[in-house]
Amino acid sequence: MNKTFNNKAWWMVFPVFLVVAFNALVPLMTVVNYSVQETFGNNEFFWSGTIWFQQLLENDQIRDSLGRQIAFTAVALFIQVPLGLAIALCMPRKGPWVSVCLVLMALPLLVPWNVVGSMWNIMALPDIGLLGKTINAMGIHYNYTRDPVAAWFTVVLMDVWHWTSLVVLLCYAGLVSIPDAYYQAAKIDGARPWAVFRYIQLPKLKHVLTIAILLRFMDSFMIYTEVIVLTGGGPGSATKFLSIDLVQKALGGFDLGPAAAFSIVYFLIILLTSWLFYTLMMRNEAN
Amino acid sequence: MSKRYLVPIVYIIFLMLPIYWLINMSFKTTNEILNSFSLYPREFTLDSYRTIFTDPSWYGAYINSITYVALNTVLSVALALPAAYAFSRYRFLGDKHLFFWLLSNRMAPPAVFVLPFIQLYSSVGLFDTHLAVAFAHMLFNIPLAVWILEGFMSGVPKELDETAYVDGYSFPKFFVKIFIPTISAGIGVAAFFCFMFSWVEMLLAKNLTSVAAKPIVAAMTKTSSASGYELGLLAAAGVLTLIPGAIVVYFVRNYIAKGFALGRV
Repeated sequence: MNKTFNNKAWWMVFPVFLVVAFNALVPLMTVVNYSVQETFGNNEFFWSGTIWFQQLLENDQIRDSLGRQIAFTAVALFIQVPLGLAIALCMPRKGPWVSVCLVLMALPLLVPWNVVGSMWNIMALPDIGLLGKTINAMGIHYNYTRDPVAAWFTVVLMDVWHWTSLVVLLCYAGLVSIPDAYYQAAKIDGARPWAVFRYIQLPKLKHVLTIAILLRFMDSFMIYTEVIVLTGGGPGSATKFLSIDLVQKALGGFDLGPAAAFSIVYFLIILLTSWLFYTLMMRNEAN
Repeated sequence: MSKRYLVPIVYIIFLMLPIYWLINMSFKTTNEILNSFSLYPREFTLDSYRTIFTDPSWYGAYINSITYVALNTVLSVALALPAAYAFSRYRFLGDKHLFFWLLSNRMAPPAVFVLPFIQLYSSVGLFDTHLAVAFAHMLFNIPLAVWILEGFMSGVPKELDETAYVDGYSFPKFFVKIFIPTISAGIGVAAFFCFMFSWVEMLLAKNLTSVAAKPIVAAMTKTSSASGYELGLLAAAGVLTLIPGAIVVYFVRNYIAKGFALGRV
């Protein structure tokens, strides 16, 4: 669409700008302020330079949380994106069952995140939960509150349950927007199902897949509530991801300086990774 | 029926199992939950639900949650409508930068914002009000609403606007009488997403409230930690949080797929 240049359009954007600026800029400035200052209480602050950032780099605990976070996000993406794509490809395109499928699949997305945690907690309890009881009955010792491997398995399974539908819905939306003529042409050429997928469906899905990967990256990198309810970051600190670590430091310890430095680095990692991924995807498109 | 339909069927069964288990638990007595394993409630009871519907600290928390979610949805969509129109129809100074800055707020971890938000909303006297939570959730809901609405509006040809002006409509009259009805599907989808992200969020909602506006998500965590064995009550409260989502998703079922596909990121 050819748009006209008109700076009066700012008046329409202004309310949104005001609310988001109030919500985003003021807190961010607070965080930046804290990150370069030292406090001994009584609202007295002293300039401390980059000392909190240096400590952050040397802090093994945070480095471990970051490692766990990257591992978790990688596992979540590697399972959810291919699985979601496969399910979307197998779904019917027309008919009364489409709505039923979509509504049932969207349901996990609408469950409050702490209820997701509670739900899987009840589900995975070794003696009275359906999942825990079943696994133990198969002869595998399973207790997610004691065993780090079982805890990871449960957290990943919970995240797959919670978020794969988002990838399915996005991919499905992309698939139904491909015109029938493409498939007819492929049929005339005698294309095999794999060729149809590789040369027709996948290129058309690139846009929605980019959005899906971006959203899943951001949200899995910020995961907090589900894990804190399910495992509390345990056993030990086996499932202590970045947000859990940060909330413990900021609200538990009230170590304002270190927590603020942590916040800034955390936010920057998400922003930079998203930007890099987006730019790379779009550059390929341009070529 | 083709064999490939097995994949979505198996997936849906996997999705429903934990929900079934939650419902199953909510109808059991505490005694039965702790002492036996059964696939369906043997001693069917509505006690957990009765507790929730008679105790004001429980049902009040539901009312609090619905209040701030509704406030957030209405405000987000109302503010996003003119902004999305501006983005879809005009170029202006800094428009692209502004759009991406808005979207970047979707990437902000709530854990980063929770402490500054507590201080910010305390200092303006909004702490422990529905408005505080509604405003805080607008940080990520407004960008989302602008993004979805902009996608829908760009699908409406500009000739519609021009014809209306020729027919003598003023801008506000055109916007309310013609444009909004045209993109009602988009408004539905945007409202659905605002509702969804405000309803499911806990970290900010819990920490920006204490007593007067305590949301259901906070009421639940308190019960589960204070008395770890009231699983029936916890399950019943969980089942009740599924209902608003199920109702809302039913209304927008035909537009979900479309809402996801649009947008220009």
